[in-house]
Amino acid sequence: MDWGALHTILGGVNKHSTSIGKIWLTVLFIFRIMILVVAAERVWGDEQDDFVCNTLQPGCKNVCYDHFFPISHIRLWALQLIFVSTPALLVAMHVAYRRHEKKRQFRKGDQKCEYKDIEEIRKQRFRIEGSLWWTYTSSIFFRLVFEAVFMYAFYFMYDGFRMPRLMKCNAWPCPNTVDCFVSRPTEKTVFTIFMIAVSSICILLNVAELCYLLVKFFLRRSKKGGNPKHHPNHENKEETKQNEMNELISDSCQNTVIGFSS
Amino acid sequence: MSWGFLRDLLSGVNKYSTGIGRIWVAVVFIFRLLIYIVAAENIWKHEHDEFECNIKQPGCENVCFDHFFPVSHISLWALQLIMVSTPSLLVVFHVAYRENREKHHNQKLYKSAGEIDGGLLCTYLVSLILKTGFEIVFLFLFYKLYNGFKVPRLVKCDIRPCPNTVDCYISKPTEKMIFLYFLVATSCLCIVLNLSELSYLIFKYSIKCYLKRYVKKHQ
Repeated sequence: MDWGALHTILGGVNKHSTSIGKIWLTVLFIFRIMILVVAAERVWGDEQDDFVCNTLQPGCKNVCYDHFFPISHIRLWALQLIFVSTPALLVAMHVAYRRHEKKRQFRKGDQKCEYKDIEEIRKQRFRIEGSLWWTYTSSIFFRLVFEAVFMYAFYFMYDGFRMPRLMKCNAWPCPNTVDCFVSRPTEKTVFTIFMIAVSSICILLNVAELCYLLVKFFLRRSKKGGNPKHHPNHENKEETKQNEMNELISDSCQNTVIGFSS
Repeated sequence: MSWGFLRDLLSGVNKYSTGIGRIWVAVVFIFRLLIYIVAAENIWKHEHDEFECNIKQPGCENVCFDHFFPVSHISLWALQLIMVSTPSLLVVFHVAYRENREKHHNQKLYKSAGEIDGGLLCTYLVSLILKTGFEIVFLFLFYKLYNGFKVPRLVKCDIRPCPNTVDCYISKPTEKMIFLYFLVATSCLCIVLNLSELSYLIFKYSIKCYLKRYVKKHQ
């Protein structure tokens, strides 16, 4: 049980995402979760053991460490990743609910139902329109909010994104102001800046996806209002082709991601 | 044998749950199990080594640690996760029993083995009550054992062989407190979900029962 389980859960949502959503998911798994598991945990692994204070006073090190690191970078990132991934579950639940309704219709033998069998319902990819559009858009909005909140919390707690080499501490029971040295400050700064950069890229991707969805929504509305006659078959064929291409791209990305483990 | 077993168990349960039950499974997976494995375990990993007392007397640190942490937070957390997930097994067993019966008699005895009605409804309600009960018991245990959900930086200890009252310092108290509050919040959320599922099921089936009786009366 590890991040792989999250990958399985979110992989299902991938099918119903836009292309930007699929890129976001790939960035999330390769540049954030994988980096966290493979590299960052090693860098922060020995953080309290190698946090050294220039004093023999028992307890001073513990207290100073707790004062400067109320919550470790690594844990904050893990929380951020979990919170940022969960809005996608809203979409998964909505899709599952729709599937359930279609299956019920099919079982009742409703003439309106256009599916030939249950397997087709299970495999069907829903278009992002109607109520699913609202669910999807709100999930992106929540993602943005969580990303921003965590980045701000990070900045606020650690006074910026740099990890200093030396911290001066005078919390009780340290006798006077005591010098405390952080282990691997440069490596930690590099990883912190990397994670912040990737967070910003994810925020940009989410903003772009939001704009794309809004533009699509308004275009669709104006098309419906202005031009009632359109060629549904031609549009559908083009969109199906694009969907197939997107799925091929995302599948190939997913296959490279599936290999990792923690 | 690891947490993967619990994950498979919960995935199996998901099939026979209501909508709220599925939300409960998602909350347990993502906000409790995943957080536990990915973050919490590492915080409490070296808690004994990092527990430091202002004394050189051998044995004093051990005794003080044992006094203040009879059962470690993280062990209690793990126990809670396991106990809270297992009542769902009752539902799985009951469905398996139904399917077995159908096979044995070689005829369709139920509309659908996984449909929540009759005996399976009782089992489902019992499992919900047990889950809620376990959650409340563990929250109460946490509260009683640790005098609330705060983790102090400093504890004073004067148990033999410590010569006098000795200052002992707990490692990472703030981080531990943040995650404890997180645990409490998710537990409360799960209790709320269980109670709403309970009321939803009782309401749904009493309406069904009432309608059936009403229709019969008028026939």
